[in-house]
Amino acid sequence: MAFAPSEEPVALKILVAGGFGVGKTTLVGAISEIRPLRTEEVLSDRGVGVDDTDGVEGKTTTTVAMDFGRITIREGLVVYLFGTPGQERFWFMWDELSYGALGAVVLADTRRLTDCFPSIDYFEQRGTPFIVAVNCFDGAESHEPEDVRIALDLDPDVPVLLCDVRRRASAKVVLVTLVEHALKMLTAAQR
Amino acid sequence: MTEPKWIDEEAGQFVRLYALTGGRTRSSGDDFDLIAMVTATREPTGDDSSIGPEQRRILEIADHGASVADIASEVGLPLGVVRVLLGDLHDLGLINVRSPVKVAPLPSERILKEVINGLRAL
Repeated sequence: MAFAPSEEPVALKILVAGGFGVGKTTLVGAISEIRPLRTEEVLSDRGVGVDDTDGVEGKTTTTVAMDFGRITIREGLVVYLFGTPGQERFWFMWDELSYGALGAVVLADTRRLTDCFPSIDYFEQRGTPFIVAVNCFDGAESHEPEDVRIALDLDPDVPVLLCDVRRRASAKVVLVTLVEHALKMLTAAQR
Repeated sequence: MTEPKWIDEEAGQFVRLYALTGGRTRSSGDDFDLIAMVTATREPTGDDSSIGPEQRRILEIADHGASVADIASEVGLPLGVVRVLLGDLHDLGLINVRSPVKVAPLPSERILKEVINGLRAL
């Protein structure tokens, strides 16, 4: 574990967002060694209606599992993937996760496209580089990426691609597309 | 390697989580970034009798350096609890915590190109 003094270890964060059941866990698992990471949510009024809290009136927090994966590019350069629940009630986690994040993959399911609206709004507002990856589920009608772009009202420079998150090769393309997009935004900002 | 069985998938929690932290929910570890690198600096001595088994486990994990997220995942405790435990260890000088290289707003072009090539090579 010897690093040249000028070569500080670098850790990068990539977020994987999207609605419930869209394939976030599968994507993280396809490309990295995945492990659960628990965090806590302070139950909001919104949560109380969803989570049955009868009989546990004193309970104010609940644990939430995030997907957490690690890809070692080389010694001293590690990419961490965090798959986060997409619902607005989990935004307290996103604020922490998106701080210093390299970028985000928004996973979309064309059968429930509205599920990824909150994620897209969030990253657009924060200026976090993001791409939209449409997970092609078996049996789901396939759509052209351009149709998805129009439906989501995305800026023309936001990459949209189709993927199958169960396949490692496809998951790789998704991540490479994101990092390339982040690089493009970086070089554009430097001009 | 036997891990402390404070929590069991089937049985649920044996100990209420913040009992591990003496009921504290805040500490000097609150601001440790998820991917900050934690490295154990020395073996605990008799003077460090305040640290518990979970913290000893954290020191083992961080022996060669591990991120906050790695540690939380490994010990199977929620981040909030782990941050309190890390704060104690930091106050005692048992760990060194290094923030991720400040990526403001993004890491260097060279690093990103390296990541792209590294991902392609997976």
